Amino acid sequence: MTDKSDITLTINGKAHAIRVEARRTLADAIREECGQTGTHIGCEHGVCGACTVLVNGEPVRSCLMFAQQADGKQIRTVEGLARGDEMHVMQRAFMENHGLQCGFCTPGFLMLAVGVLERELDISDHDLVDVLSSNLCRCTGYQNIIKAVRAAAIEMRQS
Amino acid sequence: MSAPAKPVLVGKSVLRKEDGPLLRGQGRFAADINFPDQIYMRVVRSTYAHGRIVSVDLAPALAIPGVVAAWSFKDVADIPPIDFRLTRLEQLAAYRQTILAKDKVRYVGDPVAVVFAEDPYLAEDAAEHVDVEIEELPVILHADGEVGEFRDGLPTETALIEKNYGDVDAAFAGAHATVELTLSIGRHSGVPMETRGAIGRYIAETDMLEMYGAAKVPHWNRDQLAKMFGRTAANTNLFEGHVGGGFGIRGEMYPEDVLVCLAALRLGRPVKWIEDRREHLIAANHSRQQTHHIRAAIDINGNILAIDDEFFHDQGGYMRTHAATVPDLAAAMLPGPYRIPAYRARGHIRLTNKTPGGTYRAPGRYESTFVRERLLDAVAAKVGIDGVEVRRRNLIPVSEMPVTRALETLGTDIVLDSGDYAKLLDKALDGIGWSTLLAQIDERRKAGELVGAGIGMFVEKSGLGPFDDVRITVGIDGKIEVVTGAASVGQGVETVIAQICAEKLGAGYDAISVIHGQTDRIARGLGAFASRVSVMTGEATRQAALKLRDNALAAASELMQLPADQLDIINGEIVRLDGSTGPSMSLAEIAKALEPGSNLVGDKEPGLFAEASFESKHMTYPYGVHVAVVSLARDTGGVTVERYLVAYDIGKAINPMLIDGQIVGGVAQGLGGALYEEFSYDDRGEPLAVTFADYLMPTAREVPQVDVIITEDAPSPLNPMGLKGAGEGGANAVGAAIAAAIDDALGQPGAITRLPVSPQRVRELINGIA
Repeated sequence: MTDKSDITLTINGKAHAIRVEARRTLADAIREECGQTGTHIGCEHGVCGACTVLVNGEPVRSCLMFAQQADGKQIRTVEGLARGDEMHVMQRAFMENHGLQCGFCTPGFLMLAVGVLERELDISDHDLVDVLSSNLCRCTGYQNIIKAVRAAAIEMRQS
Repeated sequence: MSAPAKPVLVGKSVLRKEDGPLLRGQGRFAADINFPDQIYMRVVRSTYAHGRIVSVDLAPALAIPGVVAAWSFKDVADIPPIDFRLTRLEQLAAYRQTILAKDKVRYVGDPVAVVFAEDPYLAEDAAEHVDVEIEELPVILHADGEVGEFRDGLPTETALIEKNYGDVDAAFAGAHATVELTLSIGRHSGVPMETRGAIGRYIAETDMLEMYGAAKVPHWNRDQLAKMFGRTAANTNLFEGHVGGGFGIRGEMYPEDVLVCLAALRLGRPVKWIEDRREHLIAANHSRQQTHHIRAAIDINGNILAIDDEFFHDQGGYMRTHAATVPDLAAAMLPGPYRIPAYRARGHIRLTNKTPGGTYRAPGRYESTFVRERLLDAVAAKVGIDGVEVRRRNLIPVSEMPVTRALETLGTDIVLDSGDYAKLLDKALDGIGWSTLLAQIDERRKAGELVGAGIGMFVEKSGLGPFDDVRITVGIDGKIEVVTGAASVGQGVETVIAQICAEKLGAGYDAISVIHGQTDRIARGLGAFASRVSVMTGEATRQAALKLRDNALAAASELMQLPADQLDIINGEIVRLDGSTGPSMSLAEIAKALEPGSNLVGDKEPGLFAEASFESKHMTYPYGVHVAVVSLARDTGGVTVERYLVAYDIGKAINPMLIDGQIVGGVAQGLGGALYEEFSYDDRGEPLAVTFADYLMPTAREVPQVDVIITEDAPSPLNPMGLKGAGEGGANAVGAAIAAAIDDALGQPGAITRLPVSPQRVRELINGIA
């Protein structure tokens, strides 16, 4: 297992030149090689969505993508949402609506919601719940996550 | 000019202190912790549910470059099995789990060997090369079947829990009628989103053993690890970072925690272990699985004269840290909010060839509430009254409070401290619009729909003692640190403790930081379980904050030359109550004036701080009502939860937003156990739910809007703020309420006898197949 290749992962605008095996997942590479531990790994088989990041603007389960497949692509993670001290609308909405408890699934939900709303700002409430049902949370019972994302959507539409 | 109003924080839904780092991706979960030169552990697990270990050959793994070490049982034979934390019974000791399987494996997932390597992928590869030969043995998969042999003649029935009071036999002999049911609860568990993880580190220069990734009960685990390794608490420390959900199962001491620490000691390098999801689903504690045979003796009006329950608790392969806790709580809490003149419960704890069990949110109560509330509904059907009326007739009236149950659990006598159960039932029915709801259901049924409503009532327990310590210190920068022996599993401990401290001391909420789960910061602590933190740590915080306030005002009195009773502290500033003007002082300035060597300190201990301990022999007993409305799909048997309401009396709410969050989250988990989640096994004991594709947790689609009514009608008399806990009431009665609602929708009282209720079963019932 020494088939390592040189690749560049561009995470939140910053290029990381790394050397990884073909089998290394994007999630592991983001966390270990690039040190961005905000992206969490919950199941490693693409069901829970905790590891959701945006790759070229699309929500992707980074446990199901190999790092080499993301070579040269634009990756966004939870660390890139805030502008300095100022939180992203979505982060603030999660705080104000108590949309998190333990916070482990939260980065995945934030990236999923931001990715979807950036692509389809006028998504219906019904479709939004459908999208959010693709990630798992064990603490909140989802109601406050849905509230938070709807609140953020309203604010994003206004700005 | 009068002093500004003193801010009230207890009772306010302030935003959480925890959220900032978690939202920014700055959390420090177990997998986020790394040390230079660390190696990685991978566990080799049994693929057989029951078998004799013939041989474990580590050589093929050790031959792989980058593999540092590999162990089987003989390498760790000097380490004692993992001991019990709660509800110890001496006869259970023989059934404890060793950190690697000794001569037999007892469930699929049982740790047989471990491999340590330079890289986690490599460790996983190497584990596949450990050659384990196992001779398969017959399996026991039903706790209520014949008793088998654990080993050396020890029966698989490890203990019989017996709890009773009153003359049960006489009550049945004289009863108007009896009602008898057999009911089962399926095997499911907490399944936090963060899998388990532990990092062991040994610092030779100071002879210090450290474990990171601790949770729930760091101090107990520290003491146990020290004991197992022949060390002391003074040179063993555990550190809790962020914890990705607890729910009872995370943070208990497991074989893997011991193994990483042992490896750190022996190999001299930091050792990291992060569980994968498949491992989690077969190796971390399962819970809940019980079968009850329950009967009630009743009079002509449906008043219960006695309850007699015999149940079988499926503990899985070994007795773990909780020992008899879950069946003990099931038996002790089964009577619930009702007047039960005579009671007898016998709980058989049985080992089977499945993953071992422990507590899961509302342990024993999710189970016994399902059983008791099914029984109440059956009593109603027997005497021809409805589910509300049968409960009204049997509820303990507020005039009888407090009520001593003549039962004990968790080392405490059950004394229901306060409660107005009937009032809460009224509030719940009002909240859901019960009579309108029934009329709507009636209309929809006429139109051919299968729709129904059900109720579950319960008494919870919270605030388990016996103690909690808190130390509050004001720094010379004005920052206030509250050091506790509590733990956080994501429920908002920092927020509620800061709220209490800020209000009672008179400090700013933002100035306060709350330390938990760090064994090097406080000598003892009991951690986070049994909905205890808000009550125990909360009251200790209140006492320490008031002491600190006195200390600060005493110093301010000298410095400002005013009597202390003419001073107050508001937002961290000392203010004059008499309206006089003059230089004011901040808490920071007083802390500075009390620095070592200052005149003010004299021969006292320097610094602005206070400590308090709160001791409590009895638990507090919150209570609640769940109301569920479901509809059934005729073609698929699918159950849709249309509405859900929880009314819960918390005694005194510190932060209603967080209580609401606890309750709704608990409902979601309760729904999982009622409708979706089950650890099932094939007839060789092979687990069938090993991924999130087979273990079905509710998503945003399945969990309905939950209406929550938080009441404060029955403050606890056991602590001055009246606090009770909120962690478990959301989950407690979900199985009960959902089962009752499905019965009602089917028009078949008593149809649901088993959780989870599968669509297949609902479809059979719709089609009249018993």
